Amino acid sequence: MEISDKERKKGLIILGCPEAPAQVSLAVHLAYSLRRSGYLPVVAGNPSARHLLAMADPEHHYVGEMLDLDGCIEEIAAGEHDYDLSFVLVHRESGVSYAGTMSVVSAGRVVAVVFGKEAETLASLIDFDCETVVAPGGHNPLPLKKAIDRVMKWDV
Amino acid sequence: MGCVEALNYEVLLRHCSFKEYRAFIKKHYRETYEVQPGYKIFDLALIGVPPIPIGVDGDSVIFPYTKPCHGTFVLKVEGKEEIEKLRSRK
Repeated sequence: MEISDKERKKGLIILGCPEAPAQVSLAVHLAYSLRRSGYLPVVAGNPSARHLLAMADPEHHYVGEMLDLDGCIEEIAAGEHDYDLSFVLVHRESGVSYAGTMSVVSAGRVVAVVFGKEAETLASLIDFDCETVVAPGGHNPLPLKKAIDRVMKWDV
Repeated sequence: MGCVEALNYEVLLRHCSFKEYRAFIKKHYRETYEVQPGYKIFDLALIGVPPIPIGVDGDSVIFPYTKPCHGTFVLKVEGKEEIEKLRSRK
């Protein structure tokens, strides 16, 4: 039986800088995996990152509501809103800062998805309380897909 | 929600890592405070790896400001009220 949106837990996907080629695929796959696991996926990002994702999923089959990144973080920090599960996409050092922020402001489960050529180096900077999945490499999405699928299986 | 562009800021460091801004603020300012990410300063929720240092220099506060694409900047902004708020924290 189909779960209604009201019954779903809320999952958040925080996009990093829009320049990473794998980010849109990763976000769509995460949104798909969240829906399959009973979550309503919400995406937060800067305008360019959101527009790239909106172009890939124009009718929001996978991605749900899209939020301004700063406003989303502020709402969570102020205790006005929170998410049961959040993924922070990390392919630059700024992504580590967003993951660190979410590890403090959210009471939900936070997973840093560290990907790209510098993934191992970036993952070594995560010394705060945060689950981490690491998928090095730039163009082959399979390690990333396997890492995400592993996390979503933990959740079921 | 605050807007950094509404502030009269001076940029002290550009495109730095969180380790660089931590070292910079601790090295250059005798009066410093540590806050958690999400702490509001000038109505901006701070982004960073905990703990985030904030420096005080006269009537100005020195704090990091992070964006996804441009990394972190260290800004200096006059703000007596923010300094009082930091000093009154327990």
